[in-house]
Amino acid sequence: MLDLGKYIIFSLLSIFFSISSFSETRKFNIGKIATKQEVAGWDIDIRPDGLGAPKGSGDALSGEEVYAERCASCHGDFGEGIDRWPELVGGSGTLSSHDPVKTTGSYWPYASTIYDYVYRSMPFGEAQSLTYDETYKIVAYLLNMNDIIDEDFILSNENIGKIKMPNRNGFLLPDPRPDVKNLNGNPCMKNCNTPTKIIGKARDIDVTPEDEKS
Amino acid sequence: MAKEKKDIVSRRSIIKASISLSALGLSSKTLFAKEANNKNLPPNVPEWTETLGDGVDVNPYGMPSEFESNVIRRNVEWLTASTESSVNFTPLQDLEGIVTPNGLCFERHHSGTAIINPIDYRLMINGLVDREMIFTLDDLKRFPQVNKFYFLECAANGGMEWKGSQLNGCQYTFGMVHNVQYTGVKLSDLIQETGLKNNAKWVLAEGSDSSGMTRSIPIEKIKDDCIIAWAMNGEALRPEQGYPIRLVVPGWEGNMWVKWLRRIEFGDKPYMTREETSKYTDLLSDGKARMFTWVMDAKSVITSPCPEKPVLQKGIHQIRGLAWSGRGKIKRVDVSLDGGKNWKTAQLHSPVLEKSLTRFTIPFEWNGEEMLLQSRAIDETNYVQPTIKELQNIRGVNSIYHNNSIATWLILKNGKVDNVRLG
Repeated sequence: MLDLGKYIIFSLLSIFFSISSFSETRKFNIGKIATKQEVAGWDIDIRPDGLGAPKGSGDALSGEEVYAERCASCHGDFGEGIDRWPELVGGSGTLSSHDPVKTTGSYWPYASTIYDYVYRSMPFGEAQSLTYDETYKIVAYLLNMNDIIDEDFILSNENIGKIKMPNRNGFLLPDPRPDVKNLNGNPCMKNCNTPTKIIGKARDIDVTPEDEKS
Repeated sequence: MAKEKKDIVSRRSIIKASISLSALGLSSKTLFAKEANNKNLPPNVPEWTETLGDGVDVNPYGMPSEFESNVIRRNVEWLTASTESSVNFTPLQDLEGIVTPNGLCFERHHSGTAIINPIDYRLMINGLVDREMIFTLDDLKRFPQVNKFYFLECAANGGMEWKGSQLNGCQYTFGMVHNVQYTGVKLSDLIQETGLKNNAKWVLAEGSDSSGMTRSIPIEKIKDDCIIAWAMNGEALRPEQGYPIRLVVPGWEGNMWVKWLRRIEFGDKPYMTREETSKYTDLLSDGKARMFTWVMDAKSVITSPCPEKPVLQKGIHQIRGLAWSGRGKIKRVDVSLDGGKNWKTAQLHSPVLEKSLTRFTIPFEWNGEEMLLQSRAIDETNYVQPTIKELQNIRGVNSIYHNNSIATWLILKNGKVDNVRLG
């Protein structure tokens, strides 16, 4: 009788566990559950609405010093870019010109992206070495250099999602391709009307690396 | 007795080594002179026939012949500020079939190649899932696996050619593409372990290299055919291709195929990362830019003849080329010898796989006159590869990305080949 009781309890427990694992709907039971701390250490992205922005703040005035120390050797004191390193400042009004200059000020649609990128990837070769406050200061400095915020504006996790970037509405969605004429798989095969005059040769431009010149 | 025999072998090995050194000297000379050594031609018996070659343990991991030393990835130094944030190009002109050898797959890094001990590798999945989870490499290999050929093309392949012909080579103008067989687990299977919240609409894929590369991918694509891959062409991923794990996003631009993948986050909106806003957006002539232009449209290239592969003699030759489409299979490739006025349909070689490079060939006869070679791909959606003029008319010349236009190779009277622009 006692044994039967044990058996019944065991059976009930088995049913309970099999139901609970079924409700988890893990098909393979592979991998482990991540702890909150594990996720927090790696989940560094921040979104345009500011979701994910870590607590911190900084203004352009204090950002100038951090920028000079950590960024200027490649990007120049004023974000003008040294050698082939990217320009970060200027370019306003050039996007429809023959020589568009795409900077954080003229092109980037969201301030959050600057923070996200600087924190995860910069300085080049020293990724994730900036503090949250240092990152806010650098972003504030860049926004100020691009005439987007005042030099004493305190950029923070509270307001980074509300900064209005000049080129915020400069992007088109969705992808309109295929955007060329629909030939329905039947292009011209004979005596096609197409220009065949040579109007340019790569050889004349002469920028091909040496060992490939034939 | 055995020892004596071994000694003989050793002596012979030494003799052989000195012979092969001199052979190497001769061969290098003849390679550059492009003239055969008469001593190796009939009726003479060549040196390599009279001597022993290397034993089985000389090259535990085999390398290409020393005479193929020019078949390498190359970069264009002036393009970028540093080689750690740069690109090199696949030597398509030297490859046959559709498989790109692992060591020749072009590289694009944003902060150099991360070196990861697989024991320390972890893949985190977090965000709008039922269970935030972490997987080891061994964990991932326990899931059902898939083996699929896919091309990977950088959206900027041919980006230097928008305004005109700039680089005189097939490698530099088309070489940001490769095609390998991936082994991995479908992301749709991984999702079964984590579960998904109903409002999970976007994925952020993040690399663990020093650039922490990130891209947003819509959930439909993730569920459709994305793979978490650990092998290419039968062996572990090469470090420069994301060892131990990379994301495979079939048919879509290479930038999304995050290497050294460390994290997949599910969210309800796109993340608008640096790569999908300031880069990989296509600037039009009115100053507006297209965003989220993921698919790689149909494209083709003649890989021989080309600027690196001149025509060395008159008579019959085989035009060889590659075609691919991010929208499915290649249906047809046409080739023109007169700059696009008249076309003939080339032969497609099996296998013809979806979202994979497809090999085409067609014979042609060169009689010493100038010729304008072009190829034109048509995919199974009936999309026809356009001319550069068609693309320019719609997009201007500052798009950088997604130039899938028809290229023109000019065969000169001396047999050299030039990258030219017609108009």
